[in-house]
Parts: sequence; C-alpha cells; structure tokens
Amino acid sequence: MRNFIYLAPPSIEDAIGELRRGRARALAGGTDLLPQLREGRRNADRIVDLKRIAELVAIRALPQGGVAIGAALSATSVARHPLISARYPAIAAAARLLGSVQVQNRASLGGNVCNAAPSADVVPALICHEADAEIAGAGGRRHTPLEQLFAGPGRTVLQADEVLTTLCLAAVPPRSATTYLRFTPRREMDIAIAGVAVRIDLAEDRAIALARIALASVAPTPLRATSAERLLQGNKLDRELALAAAGAAANDDARPISDTRASADYRRSLVEVLTRRGLAACAHTLDIALDLR
Amino acid sequence: MKTLLSCTINAEEHTVLVDPRDTLLELLRERIGLTGSKEGCGNGNCGTCTVLLDGAVVNACLVLALEVAGREVVTIEGVACAGELHPIQSALIETGGTQCGFCTPGIVLAAKALLDVNSAPSEDEIRQAIAGNLCRCTGYGKIVDAIATAATRMRGD
Repeated sequence: MRNFIYLAPPSIEDAIGELRRGRARALAGGTDLLPQLREGRRNADRIVDLKRIAELVAIRALPQGGVAIGAALSATSVARHPLISARYPAIAAAARLLGSVQVQNRASLGGNVCNAAPSADVVPALICHEADAEIAGAGGRRHTPLEQLFAGPGRTVLQADEVLTTLCLAAVPPRSATTYLRFTPRREMDIAIAGVAVRIDLAEDRAIALARIALASVAPTPLRATSAERLLQGNKLDRELALAAAGAAANDDARPISDTRASADYRRSLVEVLTRRGLAACAHTLDIALDLR
Repeated sequence: MKTLLSCTINAEEHTVLVDPRDTLLELLRERIGLTGSKEGCGNGNCGTCTVLLDGAVVNACLVLALEVAGREVVTIEGVACAGELHPIQSALIETGGTQCGFCTPGIVLAAKALLDVNSAPSEDEIRQAIAGNLCRCTGYGKIVDAIATAATRMRGD
C-alpha cells in the first residue's frame, strides 16, 4: 500500500480543505476503501476520516416531517434508529443486508451510495423515499436527487473535493408502504443479481397517489422504473395493473447485461417477479386484496 | 511517518507507535503481539479477524489502527476471565465446534456480541450473527449447537 497520512478533521470545511490538497480520499466505514487501497485499485496520499464530523454521524428529524441521515453513520446505527425503524422500515431492512454484522457495524449509507455499485442494496429504498443528496464543496452546499448522483459503475457526479454529507428523506404520508426485495444465490453475504424497491402511496379514494419503483443490478447505475411508475400512477392497484407494471419494469425500464453472475434474460425475469412481489407486499400493508399467484 | 496511538485493548491501556497504513489487525498482531486474531482474506469476507470495537463486532482488517484512538478493543485474548474460559469457549470444546481452529477466535467474538444483547437467540439469529465468519472445515452445525448451549447455560436455565 502506498504511504498516506491519516486525518480526522472535526468540521466539514476542514475536511474539504484537506480533500483539495493532493490525492485525497474520504473515509467513512472503510469496508470498500481499505480493500481498494490494499489491492492498489485506488491510491491516496491522504485519507480524510469523516466520522468526527458531528452532522455526518447523526440522524435528525427535518421540519417538514422528513429525516436527514448523516452519510458516514454506520448501517447498524441507521437500522436501529427509532426514526428509521418506525417510519422507513424498508431502509432499515436494506441496511441489514449490507454484508455481515461486522460490515454493517462499519459500512455507511453514504459509502454504499458513493461507491456507486449498480447493486448497492440501500440505494433503491432511498430512491423510493425521494432521498435528496446534500453535497458540500468549497463553494458551499448543493442538493441533487439521489438517482442523479450516479454516473456509471463506481462513478458519481461528485468532484474530488466534494463530500456527500446527508441523505434527506421525504416525509412519509399516511397510507404509504415501501419494500425492498433482492435476489441473491446465497441467503447471506452475497451481491444482488437483481433488486427492486417499491413504494405505493394511496389517496383518500384508494387510488395510487404516488408510485415509485427503483431497480438495482440491472443497469450501469441504480435506476427508476419510470414506465412502471406511470402505469400505476392515479389508478387502483389490482391484479391486471400489478402484472402490467411488473412487465413494464422488466421489459421497458431494466437494462441488464449478462455477466459471470447472471444472464440479462434471467435478470429481466427477476425484475418482473420481484416487482410483482413488491407490489403484493405493499398491497398487503395497505389492506388491498391482491392475489398475484 | 509513524504516529503515537493510545487505546484500550482487553482492559489495558496501550500507547504504541503505528504506521498510518496499519490496520487494527496489524496493530494487534504485529505491534502488540496479540496473535489470536487471524488474517484470512484481508478484505472483510471471512471474519477470522473479528474483534469487538466498543462492544460491536468489526473486521479488524477493515479498520485503520488510527481509527481506534481512545476506543476500547476486545480480542480473543480478553474473553476468558481470570483463567476461566467463557461459556462459549467451553461449549465449543465440548461440542467439537472447532476443527482446525482458525475461524474459532472470530466465531467466539461474533457469538459473544450476539449473546451480550440477546440471551435467547433462535437458530436463525445465531446463523445470522455468524454469517460473516467462514469455517472452511464446515463445522457449522456443531458451532451453532455450541452457541445455543452457551446461551442456555448463561441464562442459568
């Protein structure tokens, strides 16, 4: 491993100042960064640990009813936080899918986002909750919808001297359900071949007021299934609609490739099945009778 | 450039010179001489370097030594108390839950972290807790039995 210096600045301004000097890398949980450094896939001459910056390791309620998750907070801390487990159970469940307990105790949601793996498990549920990424840089703060943060496998739109500080989730209205389902060949410690998060909000007349579907592992980046969302929006969730939306997510929205872990066709089939199951799970939570067998 | 680091390891204060590139595992094995924590894969998949950091299980190969400044580390050497084995260790011996023994230190700490917060885990919860610890002798059945036995004894049922 190339020699580096380790810094743990107390403020975001100090961290950005350090990131602007030389070849620096931000460190949160380190579960991806340390193997990358050791294997020479990334190089750095300064490592800037973000975990001493209070706002990056905190969860706070937002005035409009949402929640801000500090980007460097561990997956375990996020999953256990009462605001998350009560209002955003799909995010808590996704955080518990990140590797082993050992990894969850270190890995952060911000790190999972910034590593930009198409398979990142926490991302689809965050996208369904309209996560807004707050980014700090030398020029101040900017915001971007999370799904627009990704530029390709392993790449984001962040500049080298920018830091993802918080993931701001929208308030959850009444009559809302979200779920994240993934398929892995092994039950634990595996990478999703396909993942689907589904969110359904109902209006008072029980029509779908908001539909969000986000896909993992079936495109170069995490992806919104906008064709499926459009089919659902404004309609009543029944068997025909659910099957049509699942078909649209698989055939119109997913853009999978074949690789060593699965073929494109298999991934497409999985998107269909997981979207259907996700819609069924949301229907169950929302007391909608929906038989998809 | 080496840096001075202070932390608590197995209830003892340590101040040591470390290289910024040292992992917690290298700090334990090479600077302190505690070789019970093993290096297997070196990238967080095998769990044989599992230690407790402020009571939570972590892979010591995925933590920089300098990240543990001022914090508390427990390794396998700190689990037995005054020469008395921890009930998890005794149960592993009795059930034959160790074969080559390489994964055992990590398994003991993963099981301890579980039993510290859940005194009556289900078999599923036990398997989940050690999902990050690979046993290449594939002795999982006996390891799970040992952890369940230890839980029963620690509850005093």
